[in-house]
Amino acid sequence: MSDGTKAPVPDEERLERQTDEGAQMLTAPRRAVVTDGVWPEGDDTMVVNMGPQHPSTHGVLRIMLELDGETVVQSKPIVGYLHTGMEKTGEELTYVQGGTNVTRMDYLSPLSNELVFSMAVERLLDLEVPPRAVWMRMLLVELNRIASHLLFQATNGLDLAATSMMIYGWRERELTLRFLEQVTGLRMNHNFIRPGGLAADLHDGWRADLDELCRTIERGVRDYVDLLAENPVWMERLVDVGRISTADAIALGATGPILRATGFAWDLRKAQPYLAYDQVDFDVVCGENGDCYDRYQVRLNEILESVKIVRQCAERMPAGDCRVQDRKVTPPPRARIDESMEALIHHFKLFTEGFRVPAGETYVAVESPRGEIGCYLVADGTGKPARLHIRGPSFYNLQSLGTMAKGALVADAVAIVSSLDPILGEVDR
Amino acid sequence: MATEDDDAGAAAAPPPADEVVAALVERFPATVPWVSHGQAVVYVERSAWRDVAEFLRDDQRFTQCVDVTAVDHLVDEERAAIPGVTLERFEVVANFLSHPRNRRVRALSEVPEAEPRMASIADVYPGVNFAEREIYDLFGIEFEGHPDLTRILMPDDWVGHPLRKDDAPARIPVVFKDDPAPR
Repeated sequence: MSDGTKAPVPDEERLERQTDEGAQMLTAPRRAVVTDGVWPEGDDTMVVNMGPQHPSTHGVLRIMLELDGETVVQSKPIVGYLHTGMEKTGEELTYVQGGTNVTRMDYLSPLSNELVFSMAVERLLDLEVPPRAVWMRMLLVELNRIASHLLFQATNGLDLAATSMMIYGWRERELTLRFLEQVTGLRMNHNFIRPGGLAADLHDGWRADLDELCRTIERGVRDYVDLLAENPVWMERLVDVGRISTADAIALGATGPILRATGFAWDLRKAQPYLAYDQVDFDVVCGENGDCYDRYQVRLNEILESVKIVRQCAERMPAGDCRVQDRKVTPPPRARIDESMEALIHHFKLFTEGFRVPAGETYVAVESPRGEIGCYLVADGTGKPARLHIRGPSFYNLQSLGTMAKGALVADAVAIVSSLDPILGEVDR
Repeated sequence: MATEDDDAGAAAAPPPADEVVAALVERFPATVPWVSHGQAVVYVERSAWRDVAEFLRDDQRFTQCVDVTAVDHLVDEERAAIPGVTLERFEVVANFLSHPRNRRVRALSEVPEAEPRMASIADVYPGVNFAEREIYDLFGIEFEGHPDLTRILMPDDWVGHPLRKDDAPARIPVVFKDDPAPR
């Protein structure tokens, strides 16, 4: 402590230091807002901020709601509270380190992010990964989709006060993450799918663990169906709430379960197959009405489709390397470093400088649990990307909120935001 | 792994075999077709940006503009030369997707440093509203005709555009209790 000569901060100065951003937005909208129609005149409506600390906004999403009584006249999502400059960081990291950065964007499906980044780097290198890497990637990404959709079941239940659903969803998700932890060493943010293949092979006894997990998940989904799918209270909260048409969803850039729930069966795994999705048997789940209930149903049934893919991956998992044996791209096995000077040099160079990627640009898209996740990568011949852009599906999906919430009740706004399943880490990057 | 002749994936003479690209070149003669690692790419004139988007939507059935982003090429060590294109500091990149035709095309447009603005396509593809705001926020490229061109990720009172290569990563001075000055 000092000698006590420091004067207390005067009130005016303290107040000035506080952010007045929220207060400004509350008084009046300054510009035209997202949805069609005009901002009504008169004082009949009220502008209310929902979030960024509202528990149903899944992190730090703020929604400006203009209310006429309890009805939402228009709404505008305000994002950026979680912006940490990850695309800028991506330009500072080598291609080897890049995975640790992108995996933290959509933190509920980290493997999709790693996959799309790795595939973009591999395309710029004209590199093809061995079959075992392809099938392992598919296995892990589908397990990740299951984990993500299970968490959606949990949080969607929680938002609508179906608390037991929350407990069940977390339980099965945790078991899925436990398997991923056994494979990758981490529950989340794995950095396991890397340019050139995967970080390591599957552990001993993975088949037995996986079969057990698949059975548990299927049993879990049966329980969820019993619990909620035809529960009158549940349906009352979701059916015909937050409807959006296929045309609107496409125009607003929505992809993934939101687009499929409108009755449009568009899934990149089927439409533009990558990895080995053209060799496995699964169905695209789609809804009909594009309301909250259909989005819930699409995600619920996608869990079962993913279990189907996981089973096929397990059965047909080819033998061989799980990464390319190109020492300029992937590190040598640990044991080789002790006995080979060359291996040591390769290891050292790879983890200090990384590898160089020839100048070029590419866009790669895969289907993440939330929709089309894309990676636009520009290389300038150095060891770091000149530009790393991730097209986050949540970022685009959030734009359909205005259409969905128009005319809904405030309580339904919670259901609608929940059914969008936005991940703010990916929105704000 | 690519060999030393780097441009193997990119330098092949662009064949106008792609029907969308061919249609674009016919409609907009200043368009330069290109193939980037097997993907159809067109370099369009900045003045034609909005017309190209409209043409793709109305004539070529490209139902969705999946993504719009920008690139700052200020400090590139090497940059692939595209014959017929005057390369500028900024590049705006739009990825279009056609659901009925199940195909993609990518349009790039060069934006000079001196005049970082171009037409917005948010009225053609409403889904790029946020994306154009993001480019405005992070690169300082203005989109004329955008309904709500404000910062989206950075605070409203932020100075500078963080994804520009000459924008130093921000440092916020940390003031510890009883410190004489920020450090």
